[in-house]
Amino acid sequence: MSPVLFWAFTLLMLAFGVSVILNRNPVASALSLVGSFLCLASLFVGLDAFFIGVIQVLVYAGAVMVLFLFIIMLLDLKAEQRRRFNPIALVGGAAVSGAFVAFLLHVLKSFPAGSRAFPNLGVERLDDVRLVGFALFNHFNLPFQTVGVLVLVASIGVVVLSRRELK
Amino acid sequence: MALLNDIPWFLIAASVAKTLFLIFLVVLPLVSYTVYAERRVSALIQDRLGPNRTGFPISLFGFKKDLQLVLGGLGQPIADAVKFLLKEDFTPGHVNKVYFWMAPVLAMVPALSTLAVLPFGNYMFGQKMVVADVNVGILYVFAIASIGVYGIVLAGWSSNSKYPFLGGIRASSQMISYELSLGLSAVPVLMILGNLNLSDAIDYQVKNGWLLLPFTDGKLSLRELLLWVPVLISFIVFSISMFAETNRLPFDLPESETELVAGYHTEYSSMKFALFFLGEYAAMIAGSSVITVLFLGGWHIPFLPVNTLESSMTAPGAVLGLVHITAFFAKVAVLLGIFIWVRWTLPRFRFDQLMKLGWLYLFEIALVNIFITAAILALVR
Repeated sequence: MSPVLFWAFTLLMLAFGVSVILNRNPVASALSLVGSFLCLASLFVGLDAFFIGVIQVLVYAGAVMVLFLFIIMLLDLKAEQRRRFNPIALVGGAAVSGAFVAFLLHVLKSFPAGSRAFPNLGVERLDDVRLVGFALFNHFNLPFQTVGVLVLVASIGVVVLSRRELK
Repeated sequence: MALLNDIPWFLIAASVAKTLFLIFLVVLPLVSYTVYAERRVSALIQDRLGPNRTGFPISLFGFKKDLQLVLGGLGQPIADAVKFLLKEDFTPGHVNKVYFWMAPVLAMVPALSTLAVLPFGNYMFGQKMVVADVNVGILYVFAIASIGVYGIVLAGWSSNSKYPFLGGIRASSQMISYELSLGLSAVPVLMILGNLNLSDAIDYQVKNGWLLLPFTDGKLSLRELLLWVPVLISFIVFSISMFAETNRLPFDLPESETELVAGYHTEYSSMKFALFFLGEYAAMIAGSSVITVLFLGGWHIPFLPVNTLESSMTAPGAVLGLVHITAFFAKVAVLLGIFIWVRWTLPRFRFDQLMKLGWLYLFEIALVNIFITAAILALVR
């Protein structure tokens, strides 16, 4: 991947990420998150991980965030926009994120810096969808099916909860 | 010449050239003439004449009307475009301006981006006639198509007015619902092809006959005959879902004139409205192209020789390449004709009927179809 593209998409992604928390308008925040997801997908594609990149767009930008936006639009936005900054919450949030970054830096420092380029795989077109499929069904068959059952339980639970009549 | 493909700038230049050719020389003219065809065919079906007068302003001696070609109104799309560009671009005072301006762009761009992975022809001048030959082709199409909802949702929301809002809400719930059956109905096809790459999908159909018409390679085995059943089912479910995804009648609830004025684009005028219009037709073209690639053999013409990388450099190879590109867009044009025919034949669904059809019938049929296909693939060799 060209370093120019890498930095362009990284900076764009970070800018969108910052705008998610700085925007007062919930719709603007949600759209910034979509932009951030798209830039992340471009980074994956730049690393030749087409499958992960496309799934990122399909699942997060295309399905999850559309539902988010849908719900935000149905709710009342005015109250959220009028709310003032709470200084105590601001200090608390800054402290938590500062602690997280410090922790992350500490962990990253303990890893040796990468000095070698990734070896060339020697294939023209990596069929990553097929490889993901083989890995899932050959090596992680039981976890995969367990996740399937969990999703089924969750969806039945949602139907049961939303069908309950309010008294 | 083939070695030129190794040079990065040549690759970029070739991709840009292919993109420009596809969008400006093929798809946008195709969009405007689909609109024209829509108006003429609707007139034909309703026993009217439709726009049959507009010609081109040409002259032999510089006088008015000294040279008049009878073109059946073929100049109409150009006149329409000029009119759209020259009309007053009015932004109502009550809208949310940033998103109001953003929405038409978001409606147009995804529809055109889908075309990047569609192989619209075989080799020509040593180039594969596809902009991005990626191995996740069909997933890319679904991903970009799912992004297309944002334009409509934002248009409905940012207009700050009740009919557009209702249209936007309807559009998003409809598109989310039908995306599921669209994706699931494509799974049997992908199981048969064993690949997500759209160029490989066509290569398979060149060797084994088109999926929808498996006898186009001259022979028909028992396996092909059995697989014909799930392919037919998935073709029908896929096409119906495609109608719903592109908001075409009988599923055009988001912009149903009788209830919602014009739905999500009620507040739009001039070129911003035209962008929604173009986006809808571009999405139709993209959808028809996907159906062509998956079910109708893409650019392939039965019993005609197929170019290889080497033969495409010769003069007959170039002609053959052009024939294949023409064949692809001819198939797309036929499907567009069916889109138009259906629009002026069927009445509109009710919204609850639409949701019921999507969730209770198409979704289940597509799911069962996957199991039928898997059984046939596993049992019949």
